[in-house]
Amino acid sequence: MSTLGFCNLGVNYDGVPAVVDFNDILYSGEWLCLIGPNGAGKSSVLRAAAGLVSYSGSVAIDQNEIPATSARWRARHIAYVPQSPVIPTDMIVRDYVLLGRNPYIKHFASDSAHDRDVVERVLNRLDLTSFTKRPLGTLSGGEVQRLVIARALAQEAPVLFLDEPTSALDIGHQQQALELVDGLRREQGLTVVSAMHDLTLAGMYADRLVLMHQGRRVAEGTAQHVLRSETLAEFYGVSARVHHEPDGTVVVIPQRTPLS
Amino acid sequence: MSALRTSDVSARGTDRQFWWFALSGVLLVCMVLVGLMIGPAGPTWWRIPLELLNRLPLISIDSGVSASDWNIVWQIRAPRVVLAVIVGSTLSISGASYQGVFRNPLVDPYLLGVAAGAGLGATVVFSLQSGQSSRWIIDPLPLIAFSGALVAVLVTYLVGTAFGTNRSTTTLVLAGVAVTSLATAIQAFILQRNTDVVRQVYSWILGRLSSATWGDVRLVLPYVIASTVVLLLHRRLLDVMRVGDDEALALGVNVRRVRLVVVLAATLGTASVVAVSGLIGFVGIIVPHAVRLLAGTSYRRVLPLSVLIGAAFLVAADIPSRVLANPAETPIGVVTAFFGAPFFLLLLRTRQTSQ
Repeated sequence: MSTLGFCNLGVNYDGVPAVVDFNDILYSGEWLCLIGPNGAGKSSVLRAAAGLVSYSGSVAIDQNEIPATSARWRARHIAYVPQSPVIPTDMIVRDYVLLGRNPYIKHFASDSAHDRDVVERVLNRLDLTSFTKRPLGTLSGGEVQRLVIARALAQEAPVLFLDEPTSALDIGHQQQALELVDGLRREQGLTVVSAMHDLTLAGMYADRLVLMHQGRRVAEGTAQHVLRSETLAEFYGVSARVHHEPDGTVVVIPQRTPLS
Repeated sequence: MSALRTSDVSARGTDRQFWWFALSGVLLVCMVLVGLMIGPAGPTWWRIPLELLNRLPLISIDSGVSASDWNIVWQIRAPRVVLAVIVGSTLSISGASYQGVFRNPLVDPYLLGVAAGAGLGATVVFSLQSGQSSRWIIDPLPLIAFSGALVAVLVTYLVGTAFGTNRSTTTLVLAGVAVTSLATAIQAFILQRNTDVVRQVYSWILGRLSSATWGDVRLVLPYVIASTVVLLLHRRLLDVMRVGDDEALALGVNVRRVRLVVVLAATLGTASVVAVSGLIGFVGIIVPHAVRLLAGTSYRRVLPLSVLIGAAFLVAADIPSRVLANPAETPIGVVTAFFGAPFFLLLLRTRQTSQ
């Protein structure tokens, strides 16, 4: 239902360009994954569209440009999961998920029955009901990740941004978190944009990959198309083998190159 | 099924919350009564509640309190107790709010230079008045101390936000440190040239409620009410800000505006109570933390409970300050630290062992 459009998005940090002319259109329920080496501008695209850094160009949802000044409007349409979320260790799980309702609660009002209902639904959906009263400091890394996604879901935004959602997780929890996001986007038609370092996982889950380098898009398309060893060598400076599984999965295997 | 569970859980939550508020309310009322009953002069202590009842409409009890005795209670003790309520609650809620917007548990309401500015103002007043009887129609001390506090914080804020990036509160805090040092240096310079007022200034710095009058209460009440109302209105937003500036912004909070409004409100409240009571240390840190340890860390509870407990705490601390060195006064800042610090350590310890 919701399309997400980037039009000539540009980000500068003190005059140094981090993102240059980023354009894209995503359809509802599409999962786009930004890949690229460190400093390529992946996170900057997400941070700009989430309103955390100033940018030139525009971001639109259903062809409505996001007003630059309304943080609340933006938060109702884009939920942002940062790379390393700040976890107030003594806050309890339910209160944390309730923070996601902020864009709907009037400034000086408190949460309504509807807000608490949404929180309860989200907690149920993500199997967090047994945790509701636990302080955040007592949760494991995987549980925290699920919780941050829960807070984003409580925002009931049609667009979900994930900045390195799996970098702190073990392989099992990586899979769990990504399967969860994939299930949610199928259920609810969420449009997902993620930035990821694990190329194999990125190719497995995203509909489309965009490879960024020095702030520019340098390749895009399906995993088969983007993940080639020449491309990776050129932009990551890595020597890697790319292996195609019979089921279409593209596996990227780094190779050892003895330093001479 | 799930709807049932929702209402169940939230009902239990509100229940516990209700009891904390009820308990703190009762504590405050008890402390106020005790505060009215104890003092070096005046009627026997147990007659005072009777006389209070007698003064309620439709009730008539012979309490045996004479008019002059009642005068002592009403003109000397009552304003002192009421001022303790005002000062205690304001310092506590301001401290809690500062800790919230700066996301730093060690911050106190004097962080941005309020104390030093007010101290400088008071020093100026004392040294101008030294050696001559006051020619002023009204007591200039609260007004000048108040202005000193506001000017100091204003300078801190302007300098801190002019040089700092929009995201960092560190510059603001450092600017506060610089302004504090500057004001303290000027204060020391003035004191050097007017050594006869050192004693007065020193006793002002340690804080006192002893000279409280209804005039003081009337002077600070409007500012304190405005500040408390504004801070209480922000209690939910302070919870959102606990996840940091970036995430709060992504959740739709205008972080800079909220921080500015909360800092201004807390400063206004602090500056006005400092103007009438001097620097009563420790309350703004210890009370919010005690509340957090007892009733949880959500600002939706911490702020209103800090108002009640902070008021009760300062009224209680004022009692030993009246009677310990009777007939002399023990500075209340000494009492709050002397009794507050061990109590707080005890609370920390029980909390640690229970976890």
